[in-house]
Amino acid sequence: MKNTKPYAITLDVGGSLLNKTGSWRTDRPVYLDRLPPCNSTCPAGENIQQWLYHAESGEYKKAWLEIMKNNPFPAVMGRVCYHSCESACNRTQLDEPVGINSVERFLGDQAINNQWKVKPGKSSGKKVMIVGAGMAGLSCAYHLRLAGHDVTIFESSPKPGGMVRYGIPKYRMPREKLNAEIHRIEEMGVKIELNTKVFNIAATKEKYGFDAAFLSIGAQNGQYIEIKSDQSLPSLVGVDVLQGIEEDKPSDLHGQVIVYGGGNTAIDVARSAIRMGTQGVKVVVRNSRDKMPAHLDEINEAVQEGVEIVALRSIVEISDGHLVLEKMVTVEGGKSQPTGEFETIPASVVVQALGQNVDPGLFADVDQLELDDGVLDVDFHMMSGIEGVFAGGDMVPSDRNVTIAIGHGKKAARSIDQWLKGEFQQMDEKHEVVDISMMNTWYYSDAPRTIRPILDVVRRQSGFAEVVGDLDEDSAAFEARRCMSCGNCFECDNCYGVCPDNAVIKLGNGKRFEFKYDYCKGCGMCVEECPCGAIKMEPEEI
Amino acid sequence: MAHQQVKFYQTGTLTVGNRLLDEDNRTVQATMDRSNSLDSGHRACQGCGEALGARYAIDAAMRATDNQLIAANATGCLEVFTTPYPESAWRIPWIHSLFGNAAAVATGIAAALKVKGKKEVRVIAQGGDGGTTDIGFGCLSGMFERNDDVLYICYDNQGYMNTGVQRSSATPGGARTATTMPVGPQPGADFDKGKNVPSIAMAHNIPYVATASVDRLHDLEAKVKKAMSMHGARYIQVFVPCPLGWGSQPAKTVNLARLAIESGIYPLFEAEHGEITSVTKIRNLVQVDEYLKHQRRFAHVMKNPEQLSAIQATADRNIQKYGLLGGQE
Repeated sequence: MKNTKPYAITLDVGGSLLNKTGSWRTDRPVYLDRLPPCNSTCPAGENIQQWLYHAESGEYKKAWLEIMKNNPFPAVMGRVCYHSCESACNRTQLDEPVGINSVERFLGDQAINNQWKVKPGKSSGKKVMIVGAGMAGLSCAYHLRLAGHDVTIFESSPKPGGMVRYGIPKYRMPREKLNAEIHRIEEMGVKIELNTKVFNIAATKEKYGFDAAFLSIGAQNGQYIEIKSDQSLPSLVGVDVLQGIEEDKPSDLHGQVIVYGGGNTAIDVARSAIRMGTQGVKVVVRNSRDKMPAHLDEINEAVQEGVEIVALRSIVEISDGHLVLEKMVTVEGGKSQPTGEFETIPASVVVQALGQNVDPGLFADVDQLELDDGVLDVDFHMMSGIEGVFAGGDMVPSDRNVTIAIGHGKKAARSIDQWLKGEFQQMDEKHEVVDISMMNTWYYSDAPRTIRPILDVVRRQSGFAEVVGDLDEDSAAFEARRCMSCGNCFECDNCYGVCPDNAVIKLGNGKRFEFKYDYCKGCGMCVEECPCGAIKMEPEEI
Repeated sequence: MAHQQVKFYQTGTLTVGNRLLDEDNRTVQATMDRSNSLDSGHRACQGCGEALGARYAIDAAMRATDNQLIAANATGCLEVFTTPYPESAWRIPWIHSLFGNAAAVATGIAAALKVKGKKEVRVIAQGGDGGTTDIGFGCLSGMFERNDDVLYICYDNQGYMNTGVQRSSATPGGARTATTMPVGPQPGADFDKGKNVPSIAMAHNIPYVATASVDRLHDLEAKVKKAMSMHGARYIQVFVPCPLGWGSQPAKTVNLARLAIESGIYPLFEAEHGEITSVTKIRNLVQVDEYLKHQRRFAHVMKNPEQLSAIQATADRNIQKYGLLGGQE
């Protein structure tokens, strides 16, 4: 066609979209989810960042359901978990960690108050037996029901709950909350046979036709060491004392109570003794105070309540209503050694809280299962030496706490489910943990003064003593909003905004963003300005 | 104050968007239907602050005028990288005439619209600092003194970047450009030269003068919106880092703009009829070397304590003069 246009407009007008500036790029930005440190450290494998995200906008049920994907005990955990998530929280490097534990407690209580439920999965026709209705057993039962398996738990005690019921005093763990969360699991169809001690796993499994078994009998036998004694003082065992208190049995705690041991059980006994109107409570520990295995918050709280910590002493003799203590010193390597110097203190009763052992009775009749160094070995899938028999909680080699037990229950349930279906699956590879250096923390605004003092008190005390009120709804939302959403997009629109080339597409609420690689020049501004570190640059293949 | 910072909703109003804020408190840039007045495919360098600032400002003006907007553009990067014949990256009625006459062209458009009775159509003139503070300065001052109904937006990247980074009257003291090389006893641009055009604009007693920055989007949008709610001559100067001319990482553009604000070197304020009505407070004060060290144009300054303290003194004077500390926190 003949060009009839005058000079200077010989070409049709075109938009700049004809010019694909993406060809300039040598590096491309990509969206990714990194693993936040809270999630990374949670022994129960909770997706904390995700449930805080829902809580931030007041979607509490959604938040609760997100917790329930991994942990059926938010109200219990919101009280007794030692929240390693908060210690790992990146926000610590700006001001203070997010009060994850207090928000979890709020969500757990919301669920109880509003009777939120979780439905079991479609029936698989498989039956699994669980020995022990502690946190590990109950967690395993819950996850197995989610997968549709039929579950029966055998529990030797008169009530379910394990060490949370029989080892953690009521001032830390109100029983109505514990009962409510266990009841919710029972409502999903989990049968709990109380007062039923299992003596032979194989026989029980065969008798009732179970397809698999999970053992979680815990470690309930208190260690007892022989101390030279003229029998002038009663000598008790920590776990038995706590169990007696739970069962409202008459207690021998009176007068000057001496607790021997530096773990959480020792502190629980000491704080219970304070509450029972004794005249004085001393906790005697062999190590220095900073080497005590008990949780620091609990030691501090105990001291505030009047418990005296007597560090670097060992009890060598009970004589004439007194204790003979030998002074210890810390030597290189952090261990303590006796000095040969002695002192005596008056006492009315001695409670030994020096750790707990697994009851070997369960394994007496089963050849393939043996305790090794006091615990039962399991493989990567939590399976014991017998095919189809899994184990977890305090009875397997691991640190011992409730959150770990809940995590074991979940992991074992997933393994059992896979084993019942024929083969173990490969674990998904974990995302890279996000470091604060990958983030742009300039964007996180400070908490206003009006909110902070209230939260400070709650953060210090929640999950600790029921004398402290619950987090109210406003404070829960505000506390959740302190979360920086490390490594996971929270749709702040920064990438969409700061791109000079309009090369980011906003996909809409909850759908995040996409890059227009046809136009992205690869400047990396989106990566630099992403507050939470959810974008990275990758070299372009040339 | 044009923009009141909202705090604590995770990121408050510091980020572009925020799902926890009311719709009213979100930016135009956070919306899915922003006009993208300056579209993809333009030929600005990687990480161009001016391209970003222009989209921010014009999108905000489009929203404020319900898309009834015409823009006149001075010669410069913004013109060259957006409209290589026969393409245009602009999605608004847009005209380019000369380097120095954008203000006069815009005045003419405004006059024509007035004659035609098209009250709803609004006019913007825009250009870089060279076309504004030097070459177009006569036309700009005329537009101010006649109080023509035009918003003039200057994208200040502190030099003639399009022609190869020469000094303009907006180039700061000490900066290296092609015409102020870091040689001799006074390396870089002179300290005692240059113009403060926002102050000169204020001296014309026009209805509205403001400075803004690409790192404070809420603030920038609020200023444009406010300007568009007024009539008469208005002037907004937007701080837009230039990776090419400043020798900085393209990814650092917004960050550099932030450091300029946080060090006090580039004060953000609003003025009406010659009087300052609000200032944007510094959030986390930094020393100027934090800002300078990311730019090759100041590399020699980092080794020159005398020049460094001269620049720090400028920042300190701004902090004092505009009251940039305290207040909001």
